[in-house]
Amino acid sequence: MTILFLFTIFILACFIGYFVVWGVTPALHSPLMSVSNAISGIVIVGALYVAAYSDNLAISEILSISAVFLASVNIFGGFAVSERMLAMFKKKDNKNA
Amino acid sequence: MLNIELFLIYLLVSILFIVAIRGLSRPNTALLSNRLGMTGMLLAIISTMFVLPEQNHILILIAIFAGALIGIMSAIKVKITALPQMVAVFNGLGGLSSTLVAFAQMKNMQTQYLDISLSVAIGTIAFMGSMIAYLKLQGNFAKILRKLPFHNVFNLALFIIMIFSWGNFLVYSTIDSLFYLMCFALLWSVAVTMPVGGADMPIVVSVLNACSGFAATAVGFSVSNVALIITGAIVGASGTILTFIMTKAINRSLLEVLFYNQTKDEVLKDIKDKTVRSASPEDAAFILENSSKIIIVPGFGMAASEAQFALKNMAFVLKNKYGASVKFAIHPVAGRMPGHMNVLLAEAGIDYEDVFEMDDINPEFRTADVAYVIGANDITNPAAKTLKTSPLYGMPVLDVYKAKTVFFVKRTLGTGYSKTDNPLFFADNTMMIFGDAKKVTENIVKDLEQG
Repeated sequence: MTILFLFTIFILACFIGYFVVWGVTPALHSPLMSVSNAISGIVIVGALYVAAYSDNLAISEILSISAVFLASVNIFGGFAVSERMLAMFKKKDNKNA
Repeated sequence: MLNIELFLIYLLVSILFIVAIRGLSRPNTALLSNRLGMTGMLLAIISTMFVLPEQNHILILIAIFAGALIGIMSAIKVKITALPQMVAVFNGLGGLSSTLVAFAQMKNMQTQYLDISLSVAIGTIAFMGSMIAYLKLQGNFAKILRKLPFHNVFNLALFIIMIFSWGNFLVYSTIDSLFYLMCFALLWSVAVTMPVGGADMPIVVSVLNACSGFAATAVGFSVSNVALIITGAIVGASGTILTFIMTKAINRSLLEVLFYNQTKDEVLKDIKDKTVRSASPEDAAFILENSSKIIIVPGFGMAASEAQFALKNMAFVLKNKYGASVKFAIHPVAGRMPGHMNVLLAEAGIDYEDVFEMDDINPEFRTADVAYVIGANDITNPAAKTLKTSPLYGMPVLDVYKAKTVFFVKRTLGTGYSKTDNPLFFADNTMMIFGDAKKVTENIVKDLEQG
């Protein structure tokens, strides 16, 4: 039952994604890529679970802590890059100066 | 392990992410949407940490802070021209993270093996593909590597072996068989991405973007976490749609992009005898001074020589001193990532209201006095419309040939990525301005300011 429940959520989320992404203006496709890239770092939550239930110095601990680290680079780097890109798209007050 | 409060927080996080993507529909809400994304992510991390047992907390925090430091530092330091590479690297790290989580679970607890194998396979492809894309975008590979002998046979064989090793894992479910699956996914992603040329990079990067999303979904299934499933699905959808838009914009299927590297260049041989009119920046400045409607068409050459600032100055002088209307026309696949040109123009401070997508600007070339094509070629080739034998045939292009005068700023008469001659170079209303995109534009600006 759980798997069907999760699968339902997955399919519905695909539909939401489909409609939301088509609404993104083509001018912002680069930021779309880097923002979506940053939020795909949500995999850190999975890494945290596995890390928290691993024994000390077990291989799974090393792997999951590394996963936390990598996802963290992905998240913070991704949002920072997006922030830089989007700041450039801010409407200029002194339009032609 | 999963209480109701946490479940509701994950729901909130998912909603924040959806709204964040939605906010990218307009430039003036875009910055806010990035902040919403950050809020959602912080909420997810903190609340998860809060409910987990104290074990390993210190190590986890160190890992997060080290990652944050490296991520933010590299994002701040990277030059705007190197953005496509940076995005590819971050994307790859996310993929690798999914792979590692899956391996850690193998060692740790018993879960559904299908989810684990998918996390490993997709995550590995996202990781390795992104690393190759990064190296290629940096220009680290010689052209020789683009053509392996029996390339497609080799790829297909690797793919079949990879599927076989996947089946092997599903049957035996040992850590060794999972490791084999990872190795073949590594090899296959290298073999597929290596021969893809620079101009097709936006497509590859989009595909890998989708992969890292679906890898997160697979991890979400294996830890039964809805936030991962929903977010992964949205990222996957985003990458898939970008891929669709890009492949449509070059009128080739994804399979053709990945497995068919065209070599034809015999089209239009007869045109070689025709003469080309070349112009100096001074000539161009003179014509621009007397024009009232100018459309600028940037391509990768503009990015390569960082001519966007010079272009901004040119547009500024033309507008304010000569009262001309200046617009920018963007082809969907111009540059090395989706929307690459828009970012560079925005960097130079060009108002996004002056920047137009292909379908909006195409009807306007007919009334334009000058089309200023800078560092672009294939995306303006009229043979794509008229010549059935052209490899570009059927690809939507910018109708620059309809403008009264067309300037091409190029270093040589060479062909573009498609290796197809552009008949527009030899047209009566075309003038070639040979030289570096940035220097040529700067010289034109100098003349315009004096004239």
